[in-house]
Amino acid sequence: MKTTNAKTMHPLLRKFGPLLGCIVFYVVIMLLRKADIINGYYMQVMLFAGVNVLMTASLNLVNGFTGQFCIGHAGFMSLGAYGAAVITTMVFKSNSIPEAAQIPVFLLGLLCGGIVAAIVGALIGIPSLKLKGDYLAIVTLAFGEIVRALLRLIQPIGGARGMIGIPNYANFFWIMLFVVLTLWLLRNLIYSSYGRAFIAIRDNEIAADAMGINTTKYKIMSFCIAAFIAGVAGGLYAHVLSFIQPDSFGFVKSADYLVYLYAGGSGSLTGSVVGAVLLTILPEVLRFLATWRLVLYAIILIAVMLYRSEGLIGGKEVPFLRIKRSSLYEQPLFGRKKNGLSEE
Amino acid sequence: MSFCPPAHLFIFTGMEAIALATILQYLVYGLQLGSVYALLALGYTMVYGIVGMINTAHGDFLMIGALGTYFIAKLFDSMSIDGTYPMLAVGCIILIATVMTGGIAVGVEAIAYRPLRNKPRMIALITAVGVSMFLTNFPRALPFIGPNPRPFPTLFTPKTFNVLGASITSTQIIMIVLAAVTMLALDRLVAKTKIGAQMRAVSMDKDAASLMGINIDKVISITFFIGGALAAVSGICYASVYPQVEVYMGSWLGNMSFVSAVLGGIGDIRGAMLGGFILGIAQIFATAINSTFGYAVGFIILIVILLVKPAGIMGKVTIEKV
Amino acid sequence: MKKILRILCLALCVIMAVSVCACGPSEKKGSVETIKIGLAFPMSGMAAMAGKYSTHGADVLKEELGGKITVGDKEYPIEFVVMDTEGSEEKTANVYQKLIEEEKVIAIAGPDSSKCMLAAAPIAQNAKCPAITSFGTNTAVTEVGDYIFRACFIDPFQGAVAAAYCDGQGHKTACIMFNNADAYSVGLKDAFVENYNGEVLAIEEYSGSDVKDYNVQLTKLAAQNPDVLLLPNLNVELGLQIQQARTAGLNCQIVCGDSADTPDVAKVAGPAIEGVAYVSAFSAESTDEAAKKFVDAYVELHPDELPNSNAELTYEAVKMIVWAIQNAKTLDRAGVRDALAAIDGLDLPSGKMTMDPETRNPIKGGIIMQYDADGITRYVSTVNP
Repeated sequence: MKTTNAKTMHPLLRKFGPLLGCIVFYVVIMLLRKADIINGYYMQVMLFAGVNVLMTASLNLVNGFTGQFCIGHAGFMSLGAYGAAVITTMVFKSNSIPEAAQIPVFLLGLLCGGIVAAIVGALIGIPSLKLKGDYLAIVTLAFGEIVRALLRLIQPIGGARGMIGIPNYANFFWIMLFVVLTLWLLRNLIYSSYGRAFIAIRDNEIAADAMGINTTKYKIMSFCIAAFIAGVAGGLYAHVLSFIQPDSFGFVKSADYLVYLYAGGSGSLTGSVVGAVLLTILPEVLRFLATWRLVLYAIILIAVMLYRSEGLIGGKEVPFLRIKRSSLYEQPLFGRKKNGLSEE
Repeated sequence: MSFCPPAHLFIFTGMEAIALATILQYLVYGLQLGSVYALLALGYTMVYGIVGMINTAHGDFLMIGALGTYFIAKLFDSMSIDGTYPMLAVGCIILIATVMTGGIAVGVEAIAYRPLRNKPRMIALITAVGVSMFLTNFPRALPFIGPNPRPFPTLFTPKTFNVLGASITSTQIIMIVLAAVTMLALDRLVAKTKIGAQMRAVSMDKDAASLMGINIDKVISITFFIGGALAAVSGICYASVYPQVEVYMGSWLGNMSFVSAVLGGIGDIRGAMLGGFILGIAQIFATAINSTFGYAVGFIILIVILLVKPAGIMGKVTIEKV
Repeated sequence: MKKILRILCLALCVIMAVSVCACGPSEKKGSVETIKIGLAFPMSGMAAMAGKYSTHGADVLKEELGGKITVGDKEYPIEFVVMDTEGSEEKTANVYQKLIEEEKVIAIAGPDSSKCMLAAAPIAQNAKCPAITSFGTNTAVTEVGDYIFRACFIDPFQGAVAAAYCDGQGHKTACIMFNNADAYSVGLKDAFVENYNGEVLAIEEYSGSDVKDYNVQLTKLAAQNPDVLLLPNLNVELGLQIQQARTAGLNCQIVCGDSADTPDVAKVAGPAIEGVAYVSAFSAESTDEAAKKFVDAYVELHPDELPNSNAELTYEAVKMIVWAIQNAKTLDRAGVRDALAAIDGLDLPSGKMTMDPETRNPIKGGIIMQYDADGITRYVSTVNP
């Protein structure tokens, strides 16, 4: 593992490099779009990939960094999606508000979606205190299904038939903005004292407790933050697809995000980005296989898990997503056989 | 948030007409559904208890068992009279299907799960997701199977009995009895036989068991074989009562039986049985009260029980020594 | 270990690069000369069976055309591009984007489900590409815009036909069991209730196609003793429902929607299928010449199965597109759209069809079919409500 030669980089470049890189990337993509080299199809896949990155990163916070076992993450997404959609379509009827008001309404919708999801996330965090490991997994799975069942019952938002006509506000700019913002925030969170608390809880909860970390508070906090991000991602998803229904946020979707997370490598933000992007693109790329497409997808997944269990990135971070002196964090999470004892 | 039906309709809530016959009838349906969940949950629980992994592909073993039975029964078609088969043929079909599914389970374990034995559980879970996807989509992609639902062959001639106003068919009786007998047999196996002792040893401490000379690989393979065989039996029972088999039938049942296994205390055989029956009966009665509610009630019960008794009904809370 | 990882990553990148290039801009050149029609159907996922029948139905037309189409006095090669929507709205949207932007199809047929169509239709409307859903019966689908058409009748119409049939048969009381998670089921139930002159005694519901146990609901309905039981549900659910209804003691007339027109329903339901009636646009038994031709051609291509509504409606949708291409003023998407709106008296297996230019729904009659003891459907009557 080579250390970054951060000292040898120009200080301004080091500080603003990643941001500049993002802006350049955005500009390049938009130019390609105008020239129609990137057509609507590629754009749409990229939009979905962006939403998936947000979801995977937030799941990473709970599963990867705090060591919890949440497998119902799509439930938060659905709450956010419906929350945002209700604001934009029902509270402010999107077709009848002036152009200038559209963006604030959209942002308001996302915010509300995120808050609803965060509140529920706090509620989920509470039983997680008593439950460990697999039991927490069950509760989160059950939560996802209960949210789905409840959303089906509520007729004014379309019930089981779903909500149509959501305005198409989320374009590449917004998705890119939220992705960059979220990754930046998460990076800062992880390398702060909060993040250290999360990682301490992941590594050995009892020891963390003994050291005086309020595990209750931090566990609930991690659920809340992750739920908020997932809610915002859900709102963006609703405004990309213009149509949402409760059934699309079931266990299958949660399983998708788990796959993106662990295939990319949990405990690393780079891993969640790579995992989400690659695995969103993969089914599209495999279209030439027709009926055998999902079979090959499954085989690739099993192969990656068998031969590279720590994920494609393996817990390492790209330089601008980590801080120089935190090489302590840079140990791959799995395969750490120090004394011959296997990991939990 | 209200759903108002038009004035000239009313939704039948089931609060009226609570007669003994109806309750008994619901109980029969509940036991029927419960025995399917219980048999499947047994497989889940065994694998969890001994190997420590949640095998989300377990529901698909059920599907393989049921679908396999359909195709194997076709081989015996020449022996069938009026659509039913003589007892000997039925026995053979069930035996072949069970052994085949058990074999596939052992194969899956050897290929996909054995290399991950020392890795964290989440990795095995993701692999199980991949295996489940493969097991569902591979038969679907094969041209002679495809996504079409098929009618399950009638293996047991249904005779209906009338008990206190509720009707119960011989198929249902066979199912419930089979589930109970299987549980007892499994319990005996684990408690009294040598292989059972080995299984218990492995579930307690894998490394120590291997130091004592127990062949871990063999024990785990046998566990998966039994799990797969149980799933096949469960699938045959399920398909006998709801005679439609198709490649997607396993996932929903897999989730439900996972919930029952946890409800009863995962890792505990009796707990799995209990959890299965409780869930089945609760779902049926909840559907009687309100159909949409019935779908969610299983999960609600689960959360309530886990909050009260975090390890499940019969689970033992392990005290973590530091 | 590292070597394996590197090789795996490399292989993955190569596969992705190759396929991205392979389905990239190279197709653009062919678009002027080769006419492409897109087919978006679920080939995997729970709805895969519908997709299978649909693509088989389209195969019949492919055979008929033989790879060429004559427009005016010029002959063009014609290509069908099939893509898997997986039965999910997100993937359907991706498929539509790919067909419109990459494959540059002139029109799209499919998907068959209302909910997927609702998600994808805005994309087609914005891109001004005509799209016809084969079996999406929800009214909201064609309301998305003037580029969206439909090959089947709409739920209100079906419900009205079913209600008219029940009234005509003198059934005074009815009970309903429907799937509250599916737009088709709910729409059909609502339409029936609105048009039925008799009394609806009780309505029961269930959530989703996963559930296979309907005994509780059916037992409750059996206690009501109705003259007719309406099951406006999907074909993967109907087989078991019909069987369980008979076991629960409901020996009355059972009426279903057009999804009952699948041979697998009869196979699963077994002897209980006898007497079950359903609304259909198409009868595999019809003596009408166009219908017979279709059925014969279908059976020749796929000897083990008989066509169902999915197959027939997809055939119709694609045939409409082909006719529109041949009669378009300009050979582009706008021209095809206008020609589709102007269809009048087109000969299809389900009868002569006229497209209503205002709503873009076809004006068709409905017929009632009934299963006999052997699971073969027999034509009963034509109903025009």
